[in-house]
Amino acid sequence: MQKLVSWIDERLPVVDAWNKHVGKYYAPKNFNMWYFFGSLAMLVLVNQLITGIWLTMSYNPSGEGAFASVEYIMRDVEWGWLLRYLHSTGASAFFVVVYLHMFRGLMYGSYQKPRELIWIFGMLIYLVLMAEAFMGYLLPWGQMSYWGAQVIVNLFGAIPVIGDDLSLWIRGDYLISGITLNRFFALHVVALPIVLLGLVVLHILALHEVGSNNPDGIDIKKNKDENGIPKDGIPFHPYYTVHDLLGVGVFFFIFFIVVFFFPEMGGLFLEKPNFEPANALKTPDHIAPVWYFTPFYAMLRAVTVDLFGLDAKFWGVVVMGAAIAILFVLPWLDRSPVRSMRYKGWISKVALAIFVVSFVVLGYLGIVPATEGRTITAQILTALYFLYFILMPFYTRMEKTKPVPERVTG
Amino acid sequence: MRKLIFGLFIAILPALGLAAGAGGPLDTMEPDHANKASLQRGAALFTNYCMGCHSAEYARYKRVSDDLNIPAALYEENLIFTGAKIGELMQVSMSKDQSAGWFGAPPPDLTLESRLRGESWIYSYLRGFYKDDSRPLGVNNVVFENVGMPHVMVGLQGLCAVEPRIGQGANVDPLSGNVNNADACPEYAIEGSMSSGEFDRAMYDLTNFLSYMGDPVKLERERLGMFALIFVAIFFIFAYLLNREYWKDVH
Repeated sequence: MQKLVSWIDERLPVVDAWNKHVGKYYAPKNFNMWYFFGSLAMLVLVNQLITGIWLTMSYNPSGEGAFASVEYIMRDVEWGWLLRYLHSTGASAFFVVVYLHMFRGLMYGSYQKPRELIWIFGMLIYLVLMAEAFMGYLLPWGQMSYWGAQVIVNLFGAIPVIGDDLSLWIRGDYLISGITLNRFFALHVVALPIVLLGLVVLHILALHEVGSNNPDGIDIKKNKDENGIPKDGIPFHPYYTVHDLLGVGVFFFIFFIVVFFFPEMGGLFLEKPNFEPANALKTPDHIAPVWYFTPFYAMLRAVTVDLFGLDAKFWGVVVMGAAIAILFVLPWLDRSPVRSMRYKGWISKVALAIFVVSFVVLGYLGIVPATEGRTITAQILTALYFLYFILMPFYTRMEKTKPVPERVTG
Repeated sequence: MRKLIFGLFIAILPALGLAAGAGGPLDTMEPDHANKASLQRGAALFTNYCMGCHSAEYARYKRVSDDLNIPAALYEENLIFTGAKIGELMQVSMSKDQSAGWFGAPPPDLTLESRLRGESWIYSYLRGFYKDDSRPLGVNNVVFENVGMPHVMVGLQGLCAVEPRIGQGANVDPLSGNVNNADACPEYAIEGSMSSGEFDRAMYDLTNFLSYMGDPVKLERERLGMFALIFVAIFFIFAYLLNREYWKDVH
């Protein structure tokens, strides 16, 4: 065995890679439960890839056969129902863990110098994930698949001059059709997963270059012992591998409760209208995207005024795009001398709390049908969402921060 | 540990807000897929009364026969009218073009109806027909207004002369508190062969069957789910002990 390893190692730096990324990757020893979600996102990604490959074996990507083939998987394919529920629940679980992972980043300033690139790669992963989820949702070819895609692709039509041609180009047809289904299938199972995996590799390589942040936001590399090992660091393996197993256990427990007992999650993970085949002639009463898109959908609907001769819908798209784009520049908006929320002032804490509440309530408003009162609420919350970022350069510099300890506090 | 529980709570938060349903009041129906006798009666009703027009084209006869403990020979003899083999999909012979002409829209496939509309909706709808001479077929439905479907089970239920009370409980006199009429329908224009209670039970069976059709693997899924959770719980104990062992020297 040893000989085999050294034979390979002479030709490929496996030992080196193992040490750099796992065996001698020193992570801060004070990780708390918020640090589970990165490894859990990897776990869900693997789940999506494996179940996805098996689903592809029985799925029929055509307008005529897609819906029936999904039911074929659910009824006739051995364990097909399990593969499909693991995949559909996995999609929602992916966003749950990614949102919590991002929240951790916001809370402990993990995007701050020198981790700007990690954050940007992470945001790109989030973008690709949204595209992946959106295209995957068309594949069951149910009513909500169809009309959800119709609504979202039509958004591109709001762009002046090129809009209509652009959405036509995306669809490949004058309305969502089998052509669209086929290209979304190709993108969902081949193109985007490749991009996603590439970005995940970059995300982790960038992380391992500068090292992990921690709940105290301290740079552990400043305090090294005589061997050059950070005093507050411990090797990722075995300490965090066994530690992450705990997270995996808890995650699977919750995940399996959904998969085996509530696979539709009350219409939240699998929407009820999607149990009816896509019908281009019959619009559902209420079209709502799946829950993980609803905060942005609520922002889109919150914009109701035409401006500069352009449609409100166009400005809605702009707001929606800006809501995601602004996250990319977050590392340069935070001017605080400290990273972690533990040592930031009260304004930062309140701002983060307002931001989280806004995002969650917007998510709710995006699920339910719009009313006048709800639209006004959504407008206020959209403003608060943006204010969190726009005012950040000011309040982070203004507020009084607490002194950061030399060593991690556990 | 307390932090962990808090984390769990945060993790399930997004699931708590649920999508709102639409429409009028419904009578609640709790399906029971373990009640094979009910499902068998429902299968008989479905085949006899629904499958003239409605297919269940994503399901196979064989699966129903296996799941409901109906011997294949008996099933083929009594519950397949189209000459299909038992391994085939449950299709109907009526063409969609013709039925669209007859009813305004082709009768929808019912395999997934319970997951699309919900069991309570189906149970209420099936009991919601009443006489309405303004409609082309002479009947209307309180749950699905101006529905294009005829009252297929008029021979069993009869035809209610007025709008039946669905989803509103019994008709109670507000002054005396006496129950005026416990049945959904106070008077019938046509008498059926079943009593009101018998018909409700029959519709329960039929709804139960449709619920099974929408989610045939439910019982098996929940049974396996228990094993999966027990496995994860045991895994967690070992992971916890392993983690504690490794971390006991880290301060």
